[in-house]
Amino acid sequence: MTEKLQRILPMVQKPARYTGGEYNEIKKNLEDVRVRVAFCFPDTYEIGMSNVGMRILYGVMNEMDGVWCERVFAPWGDMEEAMRANKLPLWALESQDPVTDFDMIAITIGYEMCYTNILNMLDLAGVPLYAKERHGLKNIVFAGGVCTFNPEPLADFVDFFSLGEGEESTVEIVSLYDRAKAENWSKEKFLTEVAKIPGVYVPSFYEHSYNSDGTLKAITTMEDAPKTVTKRIVENLDDAYFPTKMIVPSTEIVHDRANLEVFRGCIRGCRFCQAGFSCRPVRKKSPEVLYRQAVETLVDSGHNEITLSSLSTSDYRQLKQLTDEMIPYCESRRINLSVPSLRADNFSRELMQKLQTLRKSGLTFAPEAGTQRLRDVINKNLTEEEILTTCANAFSGGWNNVKLYFMLGLPTETDEDVLGIADLVYKVIQTWKEHASNKKRGLRIHVATAYFVPKPHTPFQWEKQIDPQEYLRRCRLLKDHFYSKSIEYNYHTPDISRLEAVTARGDRRLAPVLVEAMKNGAKLDGWDEYFNYQAWLDAFETCGIDPDFYTVRGFGEDEILPWDTIDVGVTKKFLLKERKQAYAETVTPDCRHGCAGCGAAALLQEVKCDA
Amino acid sequence: MLRLLFEKTGNAVWISHLDLMRLFQRAFKRAGLPLTHTQGFNPRPSVSIALPLSVGVESVCELLDFTLDGASVPCEEICERLNAALVPGVRVREAYDTGKKLKELAFLDCAVTFEYDNGIPADIHEKLQKLFAAESLIVPKKGKNGIQDQDIIPMIKKLEIAKAGEKKLVLNARICCQNPSLNPMQLVAAIGLHLPELKPDFAKCKRLEIYDLNQEVFR
Ligand code: SF4
Repeated sequence: MTEKLQRILPMVQKPARYTGGEYNEIKKNLEDVRVRVAFCFPDTYEIGMSNVGMRILYGVMNEMDGVWCERVFAPWGDMEEAMRANKLPLWALESQDPVTDFDMIAITIGYEMCYTNILNMLDLAGVPLYAKERHGLKNIVFAGGVCTFNPEPLADFVDFFSLGEGEESTVEIVSLYDRAKAENWSKEKFLTEVAKIPGVYVPSFYEHSYNSDGTLKAITTMEDAPKTVTKRIVENLDDAYFPTKMIVPSTEIVHDRANLEVFRGCIRGCRFCQAGFSCRPVRKKSPEVLYRQAVETLVDSGHNEITLSSLSTSDYRQLKQLTDEMIPYCESRRINLSVPSLRADNFSRELMQKLQTLRKSGLTFAPEAGTQRLRDVINKNLTEEEILTTCANAFSGGWNNVKLYFMLGLPTETDEDVLGIADLVYKVIQTWKEHASNKKRGLRIHVATAYFVPKPHTPFQWEKQIDPQEYLRRCRLLKDHFYSKSIEYNYHTPDISRLEAVTARGDRRLAPVLVEAMKNGAKLDGWDEYFNYQAWLDAFETCGIDPDFYTVRGFGEDEILPWDTIDVGVTKKFLLKERKQAYAETVTPDCRHGCAGCGAAALLQEVKCDA
Repeated sequence: MLRLLFEKTGNAVWISHLDLMRLFQRAFKRAGLPLTHTQGFNPRPSVSIALPLSVGVESVCELLDFTLDGASVPCEEICERLNAALVPGVRVREAYDTGKKLKELAFLDCAVTFEYDNGIPADIHEKLQKLFAAESLIVPKKGKNGIQDQDIIPMIKKLEIAKAGEKKLVLNARICCQNPSLNPMQLVAAIGLHLPELKPDFAKCKRLEIYDLNQEVFR
């Protein structure tokens, strides 16, 4: 195999991503290994190695005695072609052994548009796609990640899902497998036992039946499987496992830097945001632990950049204390400290100035909607005034670049809201004219609109997606109202967001569609170079599935939802209430103004929700 | 300014020149050896690697120039600390501070291995010897200004052909590596072009030693 690979490598782009051998890569002696895990990331090396979750779980599993976890990524098209031509099955980086040699195949799933990559990777590995075609314990496939909060489109392929944060549950799962293998259990026995681990969902223990109109009729639970499966969380992040010895890629990746998560969950409650709800409750790390982990990570990796990440870092209460400590450390060592997702409050503005955020990443806002009315509907707490004040400051400081991100097709959106975007942009131009200290270079405003995708476990999970023609009409309407030459307007094509809406809220009937799409050549759908809409359309056609059922139809409030088995902590009751509030154009204040009762606090036993 | 003599072998040969620079910058940091930085808007650690290797080429004689910021560290220690911070396949052989001027680099020795899956063709020795003994041997070369013909004979100082098993042939050559320079893979291209029946199924290259204008080992 290595011989073949050595001949292929000179012919493909960026061969270093296929060979492993990076600093801190973990190798073990096979004689000491009882369970081998092939950890698959269903996208390229550059994307996968930028994923913090995968790095944590790689560490978690390799800390276990007798367990060796290795990495597997999706090959780029040129490599895939060479692999298929040379009959070279997909391999893991560390040992270069084929995936079929492994006991467990773990998959982390961060976004819907990688579903065809999952199937393509199994196919390249020579592993049967459908769970029912895999017998015995070998090659058991399990998956986790944000997307698995609606696991149903993948239910026929994946043997079991590990829902929520995996620092603790992964150890329980792999230990059980270790025992199962030693005691020679059947696959059925293992699945029965693994289903008893909190947070584990075994889809084959649930039967979905449908009404004649296509809606779900019932979800029937088999065996002793729980009616709902509640996602796992780590209560105390300070004590949670965090690897400060991380793999340092030898070739450039997307986020080529150290990354520390300052807290989990979100206090904001933007009604369109899946992460905002499904990652609750709020739990923080202490600044002392973060500082120690930052220093250890930087010393060990030799990185010259570190990011403090979270869903909304300005909401980290001890941000000042942490950055006061980090800034001198980083400055004296020529390390770049970056703090993305800052809001426009006073402290954040000061911090951006200190960190020279503007110089490095520019002035960026995501108002998401053009009018205050619609921002109230979606509970996006960002006012025109905040935007314009921040812009005025930046313009008088010599800055001449702004990026603004919006969505089109939000619930209740009218043409007035669409034109509100043009209005806001026009006000930014006005502000520049009034405040710019340096007008010679002119102003550049980048405006981008995305096509709204309703996501499970949000107050908008029942909403219709507007149809693609209507989305394009709104894009053109907006475009026609951009007169200034300073504006550069980009809108996403609707195709991918439409498919995303299908897969995000899809059910088990999508399984054959995914297989068919993959056979039609759909892969690396997130990459412009490969995205092939026709492959998908043909697949829907062949399988007799109407994508509109999942998009423009909308779901009824009393309809059984495919993801009803999954409990992420936030209750359906709360989501319904939030939906009503949205239609009433009423905001729900952030959690610092008082707990809104989302329900996620019930997941905590030892600590309180730290919003 | 200090200099490293290092090797790049095994799977590390797939690391590109730019990635290797970044890899060394991080290795220096991990080793607790701060580098001086370039001036300007985006200061970068100043390391430079002579004669960038093509991806896939092995070498045991690479040079990297650098300057440490702050207290001086004994050369043996630099070598040890870096090796602890590097990746498999990249190994520092030596660190020293009195190197020759890079512009005096002129020649290198390389070994090009030819693999013939169906065994080495008959008479290959004579045929290759004849090919490379010619007055001139034109091979097109991709450059900045498109494809241009290049006569490779004047750039070959020495060439030996040796069998290495039933299916492998090794071409040991001393060639020009700077003003002008010959990419050793052009030797393979020459065969493919002029003796297509002897084209190997696979060829790979290894850099063995570098020399100055007087053909003395360059350090
Ligand atoms: S439990 Fe209350 S405070 Fe915590 S995230 Fe939910 S609404 Fe906010």
